[in-house]
Amino acid sequence: MEKKNNVWENVDWITIGIYLAMMFIGWINIYAAVYNEEHKSIFDMTQVYGKQLMWIGAAVFIAVLMINTDSKFFVTFAFPIYIAITFLLILVPFIGTTINGAKSWIQIGSFSLQPSEFMKMATSLALARYISSYNFKMHSWKSMATLAGILFIPVGLIFLQNDTGSAIVFGVFLLVLYREGLNGIVLFFSFLIVLVFILTMILDPFITILILTVAAFIINYLMKKKWQRTVIAISVFVGVFTFFYLLNYFLQGTVDPLYFLMFAALVTCTVFFIWAMVLKKRSLAILIGIYFGSVLFSVSVDYVFHNIMEEHQRNRINELLGIQSDIHGTGYHVNQSKIAIGSGGLFGKGFLQGTQTKFDFVPEQSTDFIFCTVGEEWGFLGTTTVVCLFLGLLMRIIFLAERNRSRFSRVYGYCVAVILFFHFAVNIGMTIGLAPVIGIPLPFFSYGGSSLWSFTVLLFVFIRLDASRFEQLSF
Amino acid sequence: MDTFSKRKFIVAGIMLAIGAIFILRLFSIQITNKTYKQFATRNVLRRITVFPARGYILDRNEKLMVYNKAAYDLMIIPRETKAFDTLELCRIVQLERQDLRDAIRKAKQYSKYKPSIIAGQISPDVYAPLQEKLYKYPGFFVQTRTLREYPSKSAAQALGFVGEVNQKIVDTDHYYQSGDYIGVSGLEKAYEKELRGIKGVRNSMVDVHNRVKGKYNEGAEDTTAVLGQNLITGFDKDLQAYAELLMTNKRGAIVAIEPSTGEIMLMVSAPSYDPNLLVGRQRSTNYSILDRDSINKPMWNRAIIGRYPPGSTFKLANALIALEEHAISPSDRFSCAGKVNSPIKCTHSHVSPLAIREGIRESCNSFFWNTFRQIMSHKSNSAESYQTWRDYITSFGFGTKLNPELSSEVKGNIPEVALYDKWYTPGHWNSMTIRSLAIGQGEIEATPLQMVNLVAMIANRGFYIEPHIVRAIQDVNREVRLLQYEKREVNIRPENFSIVIGGMQAVIEETKLQYTVKNEKFIICGKTGTVQNPHGADHSAFVGFAPRDNPKIAIAVFIENAGFGATYAAPIAGLLMEKFLNDSIAPKRKELEQKLIETDLLNVVEVKKKL
Repeated sequence: MEKKNNVWENVDWITIGIYLAMMFIGWINIYAAVYNEEHKSIFDMTQVYGKQLMWIGAAVFIAVLMINTDSKFFVTFAFPIYIAITFLLILVPFIGTTINGAKSWIQIGSFSLQPSEFMKMATSLALARYISSYNFKMHSWKSMATLAGILFIPVGLIFLQNDTGSAIVFGVFLLVLYREGLNGIVLFFSFLIVLVFILTMILDPFITILILTVAAFIINYLMKKKWQRTVIAISVFVGVFTFFYLLNYFLQGTVDPLYFLMFAALVTCTVFFIWAMVLKKRSLAILIGIYFGSVLFSVSVDYVFHNIMEEHQRNRINELLGIQSDIHGTGYHVNQSKIAIGSGGLFGKGFLQGTQTKFDFVPEQSTDFIFCTVGEEWGFLGTTTVVCLFLGLLMRIIFLAERNRSRFSRVYGYCVAVILFFHFAVNIGMTIGLAPVIGIPLPFFSYGGSSLWSFTVLLFVFIRLDASRFEQLSF
Repeated sequence: MDTFSKRKFIVAGIMLAIGAIFILRLFSIQITNKTYKQFATRNVLRRITVFPARGYILDRNEKLMVYNKAAYDLMIIPRETKAFDTLELCRIVQLERQDLRDAIRKAKQYSKYKPSIIAGQISPDVYAPLQEKLYKYPGFFVQTRTLREYPSKSAAQALGFVGEVNQKIVDTDHYYQSGDYIGVSGLEKAYEKELRGIKGVRNSMVDVHNRVKGKYNEGAEDTTAVLGQNLITGFDKDLQAYAELLMTNKRGAIVAIEPSTGEIMLMVSAPSYDPNLLVGRQRSTNYSILDRDSINKPMWNRAIIGRYPPGSTFKLANALIALEEHAISPSDRFSCAGKVNSPIKCTHSHVSPLAIREGIRESCNSFFWNTFRQIMSHKSNSAESYQTWRDYITSFGFGTKLNPELSSEVKGNIPEVALYDKWYTPGHWNSMTIRSLAIGQGEIEATPLQMVNLVAMIANRGFYIEPHIVRAIQDVNREVRLLQYEKREVNIRPENFSIVIGGMQAVIEETKLQYTVKNEKFIICGKTGTVQNPHGADHSAFVGFAPRDNPKIAIAVFIENAGFGATYAAPIAGLLMEKFLNDSIAPKRKELEQKLIETDLLNVVEVKKKL
């Protein structure tokens, strides 16, 4: 009894407060999103909002359960939990049911659970457990291989279940590894690759190369603040491109201008690379290397996508980036979502007054696009409140993680923060047109028991670990 | 111990940076940028135009001449359509598949968000099955419209027709939108503003499936449609139908006016067409068929655009002017040498010499040549005399547009002094040069409306009221607003009318017309004409009015290439006057009536008349 009281005294009530506030705001916005004249009561259990209240109740129960669990349990059973849920994931293709095209659900009675949701928590535990082990050294081959194994097993399994959205969430663990000592260059290149990939897929290689070129010129200028070199580089680039472009135009050739752009990049890079080597300007050579590598990457992504991949593989990628799932043509969902949010103005249209919300202009509004309801009915004040709640929660978790002396707790805390951050960034980003439409929920807001419970478990395991920060967590 | 501790700032910094970008972006789309608010309104707002029923057109006894029937337009909002069974839809609305595709393509070009018409004017029998199946076709809906319906097939050209507005009108008049109907000709065009009413707008909110969810802004911006106003015309529907029956297989025009009011009681242009042809989906096809019929020219309203030389009927005008100007006296006699008379031969055999009453009765060319010569030598020179004559003629309504309603009316032609000066040089022309005018031939052109107006003026003994079709406008509350028309006095003294009218009565009662036209119950006054024209056989013409005292009807009948005025035009006018004044045709004239109806003058082999 005494120990239990101790735990309740040490839990972080600020985090719990934000958590409860988010669930409450999410619940009333789900109510507004699917509001229905015939079922006016927010407690109507036949409706989505009534059910969400049930899920919230269950989540609170789960939260209490987590806090009442001995913190050593998570440390000790980190790997067994990881292995158990991985096993469940393996089972899903055989015993799972298909919901929304993804065969990633396990039906237990009337509930459907998505093991991939809980895999985030299990992976976090496994990562924390491995990184906090005594013989862990970030840049040893063995550690790298083990970390890769811990991360790629779930990613591969989830990917096989057609749930690409959940799979890419695992990429965000790179941030945790970075915090724990991974070389920043890895982070930088990962970021660059993802950026170039998305730009190439969503826009096209031509525009991507243009963007890269402009960026390279700007960085080149910022490096030495000597505009002469930049101007010469721009002149060479533009000159080569224009020459071939006009030549093609007057000869009435049908060559894709993309080739001229590539050729211009090649010529400019060669000239300046030789120059940089002669004058031993190492940073310039690196910049040219990175730039040219990105251009080549962009072109090869485009080539592989269009000429090597099979139809179904292309569909998968289009699905992931939200290019093809758009039934009304490119950008319809995002456009409707922006319209709903934009029409909210400063103060919003008021609770239950959102016309875009009420008349179903935004798809999936109680789940992935719940933020639209906030935007339309509560306006800029509502949206900034939600954004600030998230930032507050993330900062609080990082603060809590950093105050833990146990590396296990800290790593796990970072894992929680980056997972929540990734969902926050991608979900809100897609509703306001800043991220591709990847169907992942907004934590604690979106409708759905499975995701709410998994985020609750994720968060409260950390709150429980944090509550034991004065104890020596040993294995 | 923890060498990477500072990296917490970088991780936190990335998160805060993303948060800050979101807040900036939200600020931009929620506060700075107003277009999303407009898009939101456009998303939910469905402006539904409520088309009021067009006003009716009634005859003088308030019998319906034009009313409405329901029709339905199949509309499309391209953005909201989903894949559907085109074959089935084509079958339901009876449309060719290619036509449907073209219509959808055009609608998409116009707007993806705004409704366009896919198939206009669907009849109620097609609408019933369509309505049942409509749920299968998201993005399609039906708009109710009214179409014109003509219970009798009469007066097609005068009533005119309704068609879709063209782009030019849409661009210039903001009332109209593409797909709206507008009066294209006849009364439909003249009284468009009264007939069309005022369109209403219903602003509804719709959901993403285009289902109406309620009023927008609680109906604050809605306007109710105002029904079109009815036109009460001076037409006599039954008389019009009877006149058209008599004109079966004949080419020409009949116009009748109520002299005391100037109301046009009937207006026939034959050959005509069934106005119901220019209604509904077949309108444009039928229109081009009618428009291309260069032989019958059914769309022409000959009563107002037919430029006929008035022939002998014009002698009435010359008689009035000569008497008024004292160019001749009622007792002046002129001799006639008949077929050898000079300069104009007279084809009628009669007593000689003769005075004005007999001159009118016998339509003596010699008498009217002499009369015209007197008029033309009455002033100091020919030009001045001609100008005086011309002033009288124009005061009778010739050479001007008489009807304020029908825009296609022509002015006819009464030459000006300047024309003859140009042709013959000033001072080198005289009555001899322009002698054809004495008998209503030559350069003179008059419409049947102008001729009937002359007779109405004579019947009124000195004035006429602008001849018009619409007597009054009846508004939605059935309140009637009488229209005002100008009364125009003519400078001729009453005793001169008596003399001319006496001659006109003699035409009916003392020539062979007494067997075909003269009526036992009322006195008819009239004048025949046998109009030489460059287009073949003579036109048969007659003008007249009845009863002589307190006249109720004035009429002009022109039948092209039918020969003597006494043969066809006069009996037809006689029957129409009898029908109007007695309500029925006396048994003794039934045979004549039947013969006239059966006579086919369209397909006679033309016999070139020797001049």
